[in-house]
Amino acid sequence: MTTDLTFQLDGEDIAFTPGQTIMQAAKAAGVYIPHLCWHPDFAPHGSCKLCTVKANGRFASSCTLEAQAGMSVENRSGELDDKRRTLLQMLFVEGNHFCPSCEKSGNCTLQATAYELKMMSPHFDMFYPDRPVDASHPDILLDFNRCIMCSLCVTASREVDGKNVFAMGGRGILGRRIHINSESGKLGDTDFALTDRAAHICPVGVILEKRKGFAVPIGERRYDKAPINEQVKEPLKEAAP
Amino acid sequence: MSDTQIIDTVLARNRHDGTRLVQILREIQEQLSWLSPATLTHIADRIGWPRAQVSGTAAFYSFFHTRQRGKYCVLWSDNITDRMLGNADLMDAMCKKLWLEPGRVSEDGLVSVNTTSCTGLCDQGPAVLVNYRAIPRMTQARLGEMVGLIREQKPVSEWPAEWFAVEDNIRRKDILLGHELKNGQALNAALERGPQAMLAEVKAGRLRGRGGAGFSTGLKWEACRKAAGHGPNPAHYVVCNADEGEPGTFKDRVLLTSYADLVFEGMSIAGSVVGAKKGLLYLRGEYRYLLEPLESVLAARRSAGLLGTNILGKGFDFDIEIHLGAGAYVCGEESALIESLEGKPGRPRIRPPFPVTRGYLEQPTTVNNVETLAASCLIAAQGGAWYAAHGTEKSAGSKLLSVSGDCERPGIYEYAYGVTVRQVLEDCGATDCQAVQVSGPSGICVSADEFNRRIAFEDLATAGAFMVFDETRDMFEVARNFAQFFAHESCGFCTPCRVGTTLVRNLMDKIARGHGSPYDINELFKLHRLMQGASHCGLGNSACNPVFDTLNKFRPAYERRLKSLDYEPAFDLDAALSQARQMTGRDDAGAHLSNEAEA
Repeated sequence: MTTDLTFQLDGEDIAFTPGQTIMQAAKAAGVYIPHLCWHPDFAPHGSCKLCTVKANGRFASSCTLEAQAGMSVENRSGELDDKRRTLLQMLFVEGNHFCPSCEKSGNCTLQATAYELKMMSPHFDMFYPDRPVDASHPDILLDFNRCIMCSLCVTASREVDGKNVFAMGGRGILGRRIHINSESGKLGDTDFALTDRAAHICPVGVILEKRKGFAVPIGERRYDKAPINEQVKEPLKEAAP
Repeated sequence: MSDTQIIDTVLARNRHDGTRLVQILREIQEQLSWLSPATLTHIADRIGWPRAQVSGTAAFYSFFHTRQRGKYCVLWSDNITDRMLGNADLMDAMCKKLWLEPGRVSEDGLVSVNTTSCTGLCDQGPAVLVNYRAIPRMTQARLGEMVGLIREQKPVSEWPAEWFAVEDNIRRKDILLGHELKNGQALNAALERGPQAMLAEVKAGRLRGRGGAGFSTGLKWEACRKAAGHGPNPAHYVVCNADEGEPGTFKDRVLLTSYADLVFEGMSIAGSVVGAKKGLLYLRGEYRYLLEPLESVLAARRSAGLLGTNILGKGFDFDIEIHLGAGAYVCGEESALIESLEGKPGRPRIRPPFPVTRGYLEQPTTVNNVETLAASCLIAAQGGAWYAAHGTEKSAGSKLLSVSGDCERPGIYEYAYGVTVRQVLEDCGATDCQAVQVSGPSGICVSADEFNRRIAFEDLATAGAFMVFDETRDMFEVARNFAQFFAHESCGFCTPCRVGTTLVRNLMDKIARGHGSPYDINELFKLHRLMQGASHCGLGNSACNPVFDTLNKFRPAYERRLKSLDYEPAFDLDAALSQARQMTGRDDAGAHLSNEAEA
C-alpha cells in the first residue's frame, strides 16, 4: 500500500485499497461510521442513510461512495450526527419498538446506535402501524413491528442460503415490507431453517428463535458491555444468542 | 378460456421472461381484473422467479390489484389543478350516489372510487380513470350518467366514445411542433451522416435533456456509444422515458398522440448513434389508451422500412417495443425506470454505475425524454448549428410547456428558450396571477415579483409543467397537495424519504386543521434540510421544495393558520374521538369535545 492511498476522515488519515468504499476503509481502520443496513459480507444496500457523511463538502452514503486519495470526509460532526439522530427517530416512530420487552435488547444495532447518538426521545408522533406477527414457522418467529427495511435477510437468504425466502416489495410508508416466499405469505410454508444465515442476520428483533428467550440476561449482552463505536473491529456475532 | 389458459397465453406471448413481469401482470390483470395469490404463484412458477419477488413487484405499483377490486374501478386524478376544477366535490357526489366510502369496494363488489396521482389531463380536468381508461372533463351531468352506466353494469368499452376524447390543445407552435419533416427524412439524414457525424451535430446543437435535469444529450449518447456491452450477449439500448408523472406535465401525451413518428424517429436516430438495435418506450400506465395507436404507428413504420432490418437500405437494424408502467411516479427516474423495465419494483439504483454504462439488462443504455428524442430529429434534418441558433446561449432550441390552472387557454405552448414567465401568462390568458409552479411539485414556485424570469436551463429549468395560480388560490393548499403527492409516491427505499414525506404530509395536515404552531414550521425546515441531503434519489431530495418555496414566498398563507404564535399541543382531543363518532354514526354537538384552548 502506498502512502498516497489515504483520505481524511474527521481529520484522521485513513488508508484504503482501490475500490474500497469509505465505510470499508473506516471499518478496516477501526473507525466507527454509524450504519444499520450495511454488512461487511454483502454489497451495500444504501437504504438506511445513517452512514451519510460529507465528502469534499457533499452529502453521500459512505457505504456506496468509493474512497479517493486526498478526499476530505466529515463523519462525526454535530451536523451529521444531528441528521442521523433524526433518521433514527424516523425509524423508531415508523415501527413499533418496545425495547424493554424486546428479546433483542442489548444485542440490537438500532438500539445501540440510538444510544451512541444520544437519541433521548422519538421526537415525532408515533405511527403505530399495524404489522402482524408471523408465528407459523416451528422454530422461528417473525415480529415485523421492529423491521427497519434493511434487506439484510433478503440478501443473506439469496446469496448465502440460495433460498430467496424473503423479498422486499410494495411501495412507500404503508406498502413497503418483506414479502415471504409462499402463497400464504407465511414463513411456515417456506423452506426457511434455523441453520440459514438469514435466520441470524437481522440487526433488530424481527427474526427470533422460538423457545429461547433471554438466555443471556439483559445487562450482559453485547452492547451492554461496550458501546457500538468501540466494537468496530469485533467480528459480528450472529450465532443464536 | 379459463383463467389458467388466459395466464398461460399471456406468459407465452411474453416468452416466460421474468424481466417482462410488469407487462405480464398488466396483461393478465386487464383480463382477470385482479392478481390473485394463485395467479401470482402460477406466474412465479412459469417465469422461474421466487414468488416473493413476483408479489413484491405486484405490490409496488398502484395500478396492480392484489386484492379483488370492484368491477368498476374509478380513480379521480388528484393534482392541484383537478382540485381547482372541483374534483373533490364531484368525487364526493359520486360516492354519495353510489353509497360508497372512498377507497372501499362496494358490498356487492361492483365499484370502488378513489383518488390517484395526476393523470396528465390537467388542461382538461377534472379527469378520471375508469378501469384505467382516461376520461377528461368530468361534470356533474356526466357524473350522473356515469353512475347510471355503472349501476346498469354497462361495460366501459360501450360507454359514450366522446367521453374518452382527449384533446391536444396545442396553442403555440415553434420549431418542433411546427416541423415540416416527412417520415424518414430525419432518420435518413442521420444515417447519411453516420453515427460519429450525427453525434457531432447533436453536440453542436447543444441539445440538453428535456426531462428537467438538462444533461447534455450529446455527452450521454457518446458515453453510451463508448461503453462496451457486457457478458455473452452484449448490446446497447435506447429507452424513451414517457413516464411523464410530474404533476402538471402533459406535453409527452401530446407528442405521443400527434407526433409519434417524430418520437420513434428520434429513438431510431439515437439507436444509430449509440449502436443499439433495440429501443424501448416506457409509457406511463395512465396513458394506456395510447398503446394501440402507438402500436399502429410502429407497424406503419415497419411497413415503410423505417423500422426492422436494413432500414432505408443503409444496413441499420432497429426496432421498438412499448412497455407500460403501472402507476408509479418514481419510475420517471431513469434507473428506477430500468428496474421497472426488468420486471422489478421501480427502485432507483445506486449510482454510479450510470445507465450509460450499466443500464437495461446491465447493458449500456441511453434513457432520453420523449421531447429530447423528438428534438433530435430537427438536428438530424437541419443540423446542429441551425438548432443552436434558436433559444439562448446555454439553452438551445425550444421547450414545450404544459400550461394549466387559472388561465383562459390551458394547453401546450412551444417557445424558444428564454421566454419570460410573464409572456407565457399573457399568451395563455392568465390574469391576477399570484404564482406559477414551474416544473411541477419537484420544481420551483415562482411568485409575481419573479415573472420576468426566463424559461431556460440557466434560470428556470423545467420539465414543462406550468401551473398557474391566481390571487384567489391558497398557496398553502397547493403545497399541501404536493406534500400528499410525494408521501404517496415515495418508493420507501430510503429512510429520509419514506418516513420524511409522511412526516411532512402529517405536519401540513396538522397546520391545515388549525393545530399548527411556529414549532411545526421549524420542523418543516428541518425535514427539508435532512431530506434534501440524505435521500437516495431526486424524489426525496426535491420532495420538500414546494413547502420550502411557499414558506419563503407565501409565509402568511401558513401563519394565518397557526393558532398561537408560541405553543400548541399536538394532541387533539376532538380528533381522538373521530373513530368513536364513526362507529356510532354520531356527529352531533355532544359527540365533540372542545380543546382547552378553544374552550
